[in-house]
Amino acid sequence: MAIELAKEKWSGVINQVKIGAAKAISVGQEQALPFLHEEGGAPHKPVVAYEVWDTVPADWPEALISAYGNVLKDPVAWVKKCVTEFGAQLVAIKLISAHPDMGNKSVEEIAALVEKIKKAAGVPLIISGCGDNAKDNLILPACAEALKGENCLIGSVTQDNYKTITAACLADGHSIIAESPIDINIAKQLNILISDMGMPAERIVINPTVGALGYGLEYAYSIMERARLAALSGDKMLSMPFICFVGQETWRTKEARATEEELAGWGPALERGIVWEALTSAAFLQAGADILVMRHPKAIDIVKKNIEELMRG
Amino acid sequence: MFIIGELLNGMYKEVGEAIKKKDKSVIQRIAKEQVARGAGALDLNCGPVSKDPVQDMQWLIQAVQEAVDIPLSLDSTKANVIAEGLKLVKNKAIINSTSADAEKLEILVPLAIQYNASLIGLTLDKKGVPQDKDRRLELAARIVADCQEKGFPVENLYIDPIVLPVNVAQNQARDVLEVLREFKIISDPPPKTVVGLSNVSQGTCNRSIINRTFLAMAIGAGLDAAILDPLDKELMNVLITSELILNKQIYCDSYLDAYRKK
Repeated sequence: MAIELAKEKWSGVINQVKIGAAKAISVGQEQALPFLHEEGGAPHKPVVAYEVWDTVPADWPEALISAYGNVLKDPVAWVKKCVTEFGAQLVAIKLISAHPDMGNKSVEEIAALVEKIKKAAGVPLIISGCGDNAKDNLILPACAEALKGENCLIGSVTQDNYKTITAACLADGHSIIAESPIDINIAKQLNILISDMGMPAERIVINPTVGALGYGLEYAYSIMERARLAALSGDKMLSMPFICFVGQETWRTKEARATEEELAGWGPALERGIVWEALTSAAFLQAGADILVMRHPKAIDIVKKNIEELMRG
Repeated sequence: MFIIGELLNGMYKEVGEAIKKKDKSVIQRIAKEQVARGAGALDLNCGPVSKDPVQDMQWLIQAVQEAVDIPLSLDSTKANVIAEGLKLVKNKAIINSTSADAEKLEILVPLAIQYNASLIGLTLDKKGVPQDKDRRLELAARIVADCQEKGFPVENLYIDPIVLPVNVAQNQARDVLEVLREFKIISDPPPKTVVGLSNVSQGTCNRSIINRTFLAMAIGAGLDAAILDPLDKELMNVLITSELILNKQIYCDSYLDAYRKK
């Protein structure tokens, strides 16, 4: 006798979030847990965004430096390389150079830069600030205005710092990244706070903050899983897609960074980080990640292939 | 928690007059208010003074359906009022209610099957309301067995242990709370449970606090549904908080608002 698999039926559905204007990408709208196609539809596959900095990354290991080469000095060329050479459909810009300790570029310089990047990219953009709240509250509204109509994904905002950036995204028609420190209660609370300002739930993406394999991956995984279960059970304030900044977490681990001299027997340094980034990403796909922000083109290729296979069912 | 709004009852003066005058606007306003405050279904009862309950129930159903699209609980002791009403219900219907008497089950269980409706079964028979929990359990088991025999899915059955006013039958509230759990061992899948909440405070001076406290205790005992006043904000806060404590909602600082954003 054939065994019939038990199928879960859900009442909720994840929101659809659209990023970009001309070549817009949609994420979300899952009706079941990840890749359980028999239980419910998932019209949009998870997407990968290439992480691009507006300044030369001082502490990136050789594996990453060698993958990009000269373009690391020029964010516009870097974005172009991602799109034309690597086939990026989504790019995540990190505006590090605005940080008071990392270059302290002015609001005007940053706004002019993102305009240039927009023209060069031709694909939807995710815009992240420098991590300094006071400065981000100046540069992100300026970016929102400069990119008006581009329907970007901008962030991250936190429970302690969301009003200015939310207002800017509302005014200029962008979506927002709501970040919580691996905490489902704060994730839900922040979504309420943002939607109370008038932001439609369909323009919020949850950044649950993640850890790399070996560095707290399972905490983030279980938070995402629990949030997704609640969302599928009808909790509207957790029904947002997830964005996971996997690249930044992976590439600071010892496993991804250490040289072969430092860690004899751990395998080639140029491959270790790629494997670490791909594996971490693959785990978060299973937890429900909708957008993965990644660094190494080879790791991205592996993950994209994984996504294609999983979506085929 | 499945919330059935109780306010469209001819027993209430405003509703009784609206039914008499066939004033849809009052009925529709109360229907919309209850849905906006979290009701998942609306109970409809023409009240004791209705001269033509069949027509009045049909009029109520039509008036409400023009305003909201939500399951309707047809509340009458007369089977023909329910049978004629079911013909008009567009969304899911709830039959409120059958007793454990064979002649009622004979009519109402097949109707529930025919209309794919839910059914509320009162632990009550011709001998009256039980005086203890064993009798309640026995009557509940009789209703469950009858549904199983007739092929009605027990998951769609709501057993009501009959809550009595605390100032009349103070010794029974505890039995009712205990038997809510025991109903769950009658069958697998178990029947669901429901209470007509406001009855617990009937005739008392402190209705809202008694309703609230009893609701929290009943939810703690595993209650699935309640017929209550969703416009009582404090009562709804207690309901939401009880569910939170039972880990049915995910906590956040604004969990009361979050629940209401559903």
